[in-house]
Amino acid sequence: MEVTLPRNWRLAVRSLPWGWTAVSLVLVTLLAIPVVTIPVGALAPAGEAWQHVSETLLPSYLGNTLFLTVVSGGIALVLGAGTAWLVAMCDFPGRRFFRWALVLPLAVPAYMAAYVYAGMVGVTGPLQRMVRAWVPGMGDTFFYWNVMRIEVVAVLFGVVLFPYVYLPVRALLESRAGPTLEAARVLGRGHASVFWSVGLPLARPALAGGLALVLMEVVNDYGAVKYYGVPTFTTGIFRAWFSLGDLDSAVRLSAILMLVVLVFLLAERWQRGKARYAAPGAPGRATPYPLRGPSALAAFAFCTLPVALGFLIPVAQLVMWAVRTAPEVVDARFLGMAANSLALAGAAGLLAVAVALVLSYTSRLDRTEITRSASRVALLGYSVPGAVIAVGVLMVSTFLDGVLGGGVRLVLTGTTIALVAAYVVRFLAVAYLPVEAGLERIGTNLTEASRMLGARPLRTLLGIEVPLLKGTLVAAGTLVVIDVLKELPLTLILRPFNFDTLATRAFQLASDEQIAESAPAALLVILCATVVVAVLHRTLDGKPDFGR
Amino acid sequence: MNSAHRLLAAAGLLAMAACGGGEGGEVVNVYSHRHYEADQMLFDRFTEETGIEVNVVTASADELITRLENEGEASPADILITVDAGRLHRAKERGLLQSVSSPVLEANVPDHLRDRDGQWWGLTQRARVIAFHRERVDSTELSTYEALAEPQWEGRVLIRSSENVYNQSLMASIVAHDGEEAATEWAEGMVANMAREPSGGDTDQVMAVAAGAGDVAVVNTYYVARLAESENADERRVAEQIGIFFPNQGDRGTHVNVSGAGVTAHSANVENAVALLEFLTSPAAQEVFAEVIHEYPVHPDVPWSETLQGWGEFRADELDLTVLGEMNDAAVRIFDRAGWR
Repeated sequence: MEVTLPRNWRLAVRSLPWGWTAVSLVLVTLLAIPVVTIPVGALAPAGEAWQHVSETLLPSYLGNTLFLTVVSGGIALVLGAGTAWLVAMCDFPGRRFFRWALVLPLAVPAYMAAYVYAGMVGVTGPLQRMVRAWVPGMGDTFFYWNVMRIEVVAVLFGVVLFPYVYLPVRALLESRAGPTLEAARVLGRGHASVFWSVGLPLARPALAGGLALVLMEVVNDYGAVKYYGVPTFTTGIFRAWFSLGDLDSAVRLSAILMLVVLVFLLAERWQRGKARYAAPGAPGRATPYPLRGPSALAAFAFCTLPVALGFLIPVAQLVMWAVRTAPEVVDARFLGMAANSLALAGAAGLLAVAVALVLSYTSRLDRTEITRSASRVALLGYSVPGAVIAVGVLMVSTFLDGVLGGGVRLVLTGTTIALVAAYVVRFLAVAYLPVEAGLERIGTNLTEASRMLGARPLRTLLGIEVPLLKGTLVAAGTLVVIDVLKELPLTLILRPFNFDTLATRAFQLASDEQIAESAPAALLVILCATVVVAVLHRTLDGKPDFGR
Repeated sequence: MNSAHRLLAAAGLLAMAACGGGEGGEVVNVYSHRHYEADQMLFDRFTEETGIEVNVVTASADELITRLENEGEASPADILITVDAGRLHRAKERGLLQSVSSPVLEANVPDHLRDRDGQWWGLTQRARVIAFHRERVDSTELSTYEALAEPQWEGRVLIRSSENVYNQSLMASIVAHDGEEAATEWAEGMVANMAREPSGGDTDQVMAVAAGAGDVAVVNTYYVARLAESENADERRVAEQIGIFFPNQGDRGTHVNVSGAGVTAHSANVENAVALLEFLTSPAAQEVFAEVIHEYPVHPDVPWSETLQGWGEFRADELDLTVLGEMNDAAVRIFDRAGWR
């Protein structure tokens, strides 16, 4: 398969015609406008409202956001890396089940998990009901457990987001780390020592990539932190913008948040840069190391914990509620909502992958600094809370409507087209990061050979890269699909008339404090996402390139 | 090429979905912060009676106002519905609403529950009251919102976050009546008395009172009514332990807010919009609001639901609701300074 060209051939062709650069710059501009209009405002001099925000609110926003990223990130790392190691390198009862079950929490939106746990331990929840039924003397006592606290939010984020770490690390360990790890073992290293001194360093780029996704999801959450009353940057942006009516302060907060995420993205890049030269050798997987007795039990328990907390328990609770409320809540409209959710998610997934492919292809072959940095800018949408992007997209789409409809008619605003475009702005990073990594992995030799033989870049892309990257592209698309299925604020603000998705339906009932009534729609969101997660999982099996 | 084809097909489908519906016949387009099933029921009944189709987008008032602002003259919306007078006032100030007048509306909605320029009209009233535990609190201990900040309530008060617009409007009314300084002291006293950091919604506060986390909660009445009429026995038992106290009966009256609606500045269907407002404030629709959602009707002749009657008549604060909008900014700052999350 490996085709090697003499080194000086590379100099013979400019890899890419300027048309590609132009198209990619136009794409980046379109993607970046809704995001960049926001921080540009931050350059204006600070008003009196900003003084109020920075004095009274900023410290707690910073503190809470920092706490959430550190604790949730830590939990996601430990769970993700730990379970990936157990499943890929060891053998214990249930391993084959956990191998796919550990991906399932990805299907559960964090805000739904937050509502479910609060409801579960509440006075009318099943825990207290069990206590009342079974503990003598507690027959009619209500008691109080406070789960609505920042520590609980942090754990919830950790258990529903850790698959972002688990997936790439497992893929890497299973596909490319085998021989190295086996060599270490043969040379007399113990199991634990292999993990710490060989496995972890090998997996570092995969860990960093997964962690970057986890942290961006964490700083962007709005639903869970709002319900639990934890003030963070996202809630702060809304407070400044809507309650204080001060766009400037909202913009400044968004800009700070973007800066934080930019640091994550750069750190991830830097990790990858370091890893490139220590690329694992021959592909292959290690013989699983059998665990027995207590250690097998411990492995089983360690894998059960996140699956139970992040998937089984919330789903079981939702089922209990749904059984009670479905007869009055579920009607013919449900089918339409499910169709809306899937159509939007599918369209956004396809479009995001196509855009990601064009951008990363251009920036890789063009190799000018401008296209490279430009493509990074296009990823910033992932750092901005959905509702802020929604407003950016509104500004752009109503401006375009002014041109297209002469100011009397809306052509784009309030259509599903604007909505899908907004999803791409928001979630491009989710598709871009794996696609870029995939392109890097297959190298440029084949591309250059194809170009040398006279094929145009588009033909080369479709004939060489796309087939080689098929698994990665499907995986990248499904990740976007999962995110869009769970998405709320963009959908709420930008959707057309009489247009509901499963997520908006579930949210509306939940925000009206009818949690049990929201269960059927919530379950259906999770079910759809689970099916997509299953597709993702099948695709990744045997397509190890996702882990780079 | 395959994926490119699929992409085109998907785009085509979406374009069709985007263009479908609402062409031709009479319509009225609604941006609403209210997402109750009962509202949809009323819209459907309106369509049945008049043949005018009702199209709805629901989201929070703040988001809908931003959408209206951006859409400008081209906005398809005819009516904006919010759950708070403060937001209606904000929409008015930003020139997003227009004045309408109709004898029917004027007869249905009392003066103090509508805008003086006819830019917005109350649809329902919500009273923010003190819910107390019947055994641990004697109702004679209760008097005013202000008194909840006194030391005897230390560690006993439950109230949700200041993100919530009902709290912002309550604070705005206190600023209007007592002045900023007294309002700040009240906020500090409340924070000192809180049984826990604010979290959850109004229902969660009521549940927490039943569970013993605190003894009193400041909530809107309809949440308690909903628990009292729940099919879930545990929820009914929660409601049984809760008493409702209307504060400030000795002076200005209990804080009341409205959920209301206005016709948008650039509405293309003003007549239909007014017809819908007339319908929503008519006795038939008002009864649905009262019976199903347990809100207090704005129409003076409409009977209250049994649950509402059970709590009795009360004196409502007749403060001009416009003030709630004007004082919103001051209220939020006071919350922030007092450390009320």
